Amino acid sequence: MSEEVKVFGAWGSPFSRRVELALRLKGVQYEYIEEDIFNNKSPLLLKYNPVHKKVPVLLHNGKPIAESLVILEYIEETWKSNPILPEDPYDKAMARFWAKFLDDKCLPALWKAGWSPENEREKAVEEACECLKTLEGALNGKRFFGGATVGLVDIAANFIAHWLGIIQEATGHELLSAEKFPHLFKWTDEFVSCSIVKESLPPRDKLLAFFKDRIAGAMDAPTEASK
Amino acid sequence: MGEENKVILHGMWASPFSKRVELALKFKGIPFEYVEENLKNKRPELLQLNPVHKEIPVLVHNGKPIAESLVILEYIDETWMNSPRLLPQDPYKRARVRFWTSFVQQQLIETLLTVFETDGETQEKGVRDMLEKLQVLEEGIKEFFPDGNPCIDSNNIGLLDLVFSSVFSHYEIQEEVLGIKIINIEKIPLVCSWLTALNQLTLVKESIPPHDKLAAIFKFVREDALKSSSA
Repeated sequence: MSEEVKVFGAWGSPFSRRVELALRLKGVQYEYIEEDIFNNKSPLLLKYNPVHKKVPVLLHNGKPIAESLVILEYIEETWKSNPILPEDPYDKAMARFWAKFLDDKCLPALWKAGWSPENEREKAVEEACECLKTLEGALNGKRFFGGATVGLVDIAANFIAHWLGIIQEATGHELLSAEKFPHLFKWTDEFVSCSIVKESLPPRDKLLAFFKDRIAGAMDAPTEASK
Repeated sequence: MGEENKVILHGMWASPFSKRVELALKFKGIPFEYVEENLKNKRPELLQLNPVHKEIPVLVHNGKPIAESLVILEYIDETWMNSPRLLPQDPYKRARVRFWTSFVQQQLIETLLTVFETDGETQEKGVRDMLEKLQVLEEGIKEFFPDGNPCIDSNNIGLLDLVFSSVFSHYEIQEEVLGIKIINIEKIPLVCSWLTALNQLTLVKESIPPHDKLAAIFKFVREDALKSSSA
């Protein structure tokens, strides 16, 4: 049976990279369409995500799905190889809890801390570190949040493994250090070292240049659209 | 009730987040113990059950706690597989339900809070945003009610119904306290008939707190928010 799988994404967006990673982990072939999200969103994107007009959008046999966590659940339910969620309902609930924590609390706090003006920095950093401390606890010495293999939470935490370090370099402010968060720090290494993950990350120098370019201006929090 | 399969819901009577879990358990006929939590003075037990957010609702099943209402609802649906099934079986239909649930949760609730907790121009903008978003929802739910007739009963009620009902079933009390029309039948007829259908269900009717009690807490929340923003 031939299947048509397309991903509308943006090269620097952690949210659209999540979707690509999940598809690659499951060995699903897809066509990637790069969207110019800052200047010129395509008519197709606006057609397939009229509500939010954002990337990522997954198109499967002509049917569009938006919102990265919704897409990840769809991918899990549609392609059964290499599961990214546990079978047990309680363990599954825990994974969903942490994925939500990342999107609702953690990522916005990290973003804010990375770009805060000097007078707001201290409080923003405190909140961001609280989130990182919570994640350190959630990892609980495991290799991945998903246990022995990469799972939903690891995929959702991709920003921390790759984007955060680059922002730290661009701004000169450190949030995630090996001293303060040893397990989480080690996890970032384990995560980006996986060959499939490595292939699905945007190039470091391109991302660094992008952040350095925009360092002067104020930036919005990372939502599905902005990166 | 034996220890096996024991279900405890830690909630708060006026919270839409805890209300939707209560409704799910009742619709599915799952026996549970309800514990009313004091959010002004949180008990150590609650903080232990939900150390990350320190919030309700928390569902405790067989001694294991789960927090975050939408996570709890999916857990309930996967653990008690009797009807009503809160999510459809087909992955694409599930994605559509999750998408619109996320829209209500993230977009509508935030805007409703703005309308409740502000006044003047900020509130006016909130009211306009609210209508705009409800009109988006009006378009969106057409895929769930293709014949324009929301026919909901205790066997087919779903995740999106519970989440929407938990926020808007008592819209008349909200409108009374605010002095503002939120649910306007001319502008959002399908949303209105959906809400009407939901509010006709016995379990939904029974779950809405007494008028005076709810009106009092809404007034208090509004006055408190306005006071602290002008302080």
